[in-house]
Amino acid sequence: MRAGFSITTDVLVIGGGMAGAWAAIGARRAGASVVLVEKGWLGTSGVTATAGPGHWWVAPADRPAAIAKRLAQSGGLNDPVWMERILETTWEILPTLSDVYDFSRDEQGQPRYRALRGPEYMRALRRRLEQIGVTIIDHAPAQELLRHADGSIGGARGIRHPGGTDWQVESGAVVLATGGTSFRSHLLGSHNNTGDGYLMAAEAGAQLSGMEFTSVYCIAPARTTLTRSMSFAFATYYDEAGQVLPIGGPDITRPLAAALLRGPVFADLARTPADIRAQVPTISPNFLLPFRRWGIDPYTRKFEVTLHGEGTIRGIGGIAVEDRDCGAGVPGLFVAGDAATRDQFAGAISGGGNINSAWALSSGQWAGAGAARFAARSTRRSGARGIGGTGLHPVGGPQIDAPAILAQVQDAMLSYDKALFRDGVRLRASLAVLDQAWSELAGSDLRELAAMTASARWSLLASITRAESRGIHQREDHSQPDPALARRIRVHGLDRPIAAPEPERQAA
Amino acid sequence: MIEFILSDACNACGTCAEVCPTGVFDAVPGQPPVIARAGDCQTCFMCELYCQQDAIFVGPDAERIEGFDAQTTRISGLMGEMRRHHGWDEWALGGHYPNQHWRMEDVFARARAAAE
Repeated sequence: MRAGFSITTDVLVIGGGMAGAWAAIGARRAGASVVLVEKGWLGTSGVTATAGPGHWWVAPADRPAAIAKRLAQSGGLNDPVWMERILETTWEILPTLSDVYDFSRDEQGQPRYRALRGPEYMRALRRRLEQIGVTIIDHAPAQELLRHADGSIGGARGIRHPGGTDWQVESGAVVLATGGTSFRSHLLGSHNNTGDGYLMAAEAGAQLSGMEFTSVYCIAPARTTLTRSMSFAFATYYDEAGQVLPIGGPDITRPLAAALLRGPVFADLARTPADIRAQVPTISPNFLLPFRRWGIDPYTRKFEVTLHGEGTIRGIGGIAVEDRDCGAGVPGLFVAGDAATRDQFAGAISGGGNINSAWALSSGQWAGAGAARFAARSTRRSGARGIGGTGLHPVGGPQIDAPAILAQVQDAMLSYDKALFRDGVRLRASLAVLDQAWSELAGSDLRELAAMTASARWSLLASITRAESRGIHQREDHSQPDPALARRIRVHGLDRPIAAPEPERQAA
Repeated sequence: MIEFILSDACNACGTCAEVCPTGVFDAVPGQPPVIARAGDCQTCFMCELYCQQDAIFVGPDAERIEGFDAQTTRISGLMGEMRRHHGWDEWALGGHYPNQHWRMEDVFARARAAAE
């Protein structure tokens, strides 16, 4: 393993999950030399590697109906042009993995392209990147972007583990594919997803959009990370006294969260048909691990459950997408996957696994190719300077209580009574706490905590500005939609962030 | 959270230290890796998947080390279950563990139908 390094390349991709891997493929196919840096290891890191992404996968003839259905249910912020592009690109590109991913065949012998299992998918993408000559550097978290005097982005700087030595990559363009953030909720696979890209982009002058739509949760057995919801489709829920709770139907989050605020909640999976029980280990190989290891049969015995917040991962906020190439509105800076906002196609509801996965694939293709074209127009590969601020320049001074600040961020962004059941008074109180935390972090070396704190403040500010209920953003003090707010909300700025609705809906 | 590495099953290949997304292990040449930062373990079970020796065990509790006994766990048959059910490595052969992930949408559809 190389320790510290300094490399020059055409395109730098930051983040080695699904979106970053697809961005590297897109940039390489467009003729660029590509370096990809990943905080963990490309193949196991991120929320795709540990799950099983379906993709929004609709045959051409069925697309108008699928798009119309999505538009009708998603709160009026999204744009059919983006949906058409995503469906078209996903349909075209996903089967090209057939030589590295063993697509399952159904009983009719037909390949099932849309649903891929996470570890196998990421292993296949790693193989592809190695085949096409992408330089992958694992265990190399990026910490700040490099910027030229004219404002264009020319690379990034970070540290390498183990050892913590510095690295620098100078490039003609950068793709941020750093994922969303769950604010360290124990959502499976999300520990590294601390919103680093949001902070880096904002420091470069980019805006964010959709940050108020963060109230998405996934059920898991209590104390575990196993946010695999499929088997809970047949769950029965109980309170501590053993009384059956009326939780069921398409949305269990709000009734389950309300019950969890009253006390512990238990579930069993006794209604699961026998043939499905037999298939569960080879559908979701990790789902039964906790039960087997604890000696609990979930089909006959009750077990405690919880909800883990998904933040901007299955929520939809992120860096605003300003053009068809997924440019971030800053020359040389492009975004892909959950690092980008998804409000322009998902609307005001969760993108779920399917739509967000199709976006990660297609935005990766577009951002990678766009970055390659940008880099081809520019010969400049040196001279850009680091622009990172909070969390990178420790000044000494009083010791900062990092666990206490993380607890404040999590209280604001994950607590059911604050982040799910929302109210202007509570949102403002959370923001005041985190404004204080942000100023404390200024002279620290706590970069990931700074990124989570910044992300939380943008989310709270957007949630306060959206003084209405729309989609997954439900305000107890404004329980109806406000037609004047049928538009996206942009946020920008670091020390004094500002939120404002877009003047009018923007077409793609 | 990471519980233990079976030192006599480990072949010191270093793969777990390489693939762990949060840097829990320190590789030691010719020796089993050291669990150096258990508190950073995100309980994702990826190290188990990539351990061809089935020498690593992760406890389900993401918040604390539960203290699973290595020898008891070893004879329980729980080592390597993640890798086996995935049909990973040699388990891809023979067709006993096919990747049925694609059936997930059918399971959800069955549940919706059962509820109506």
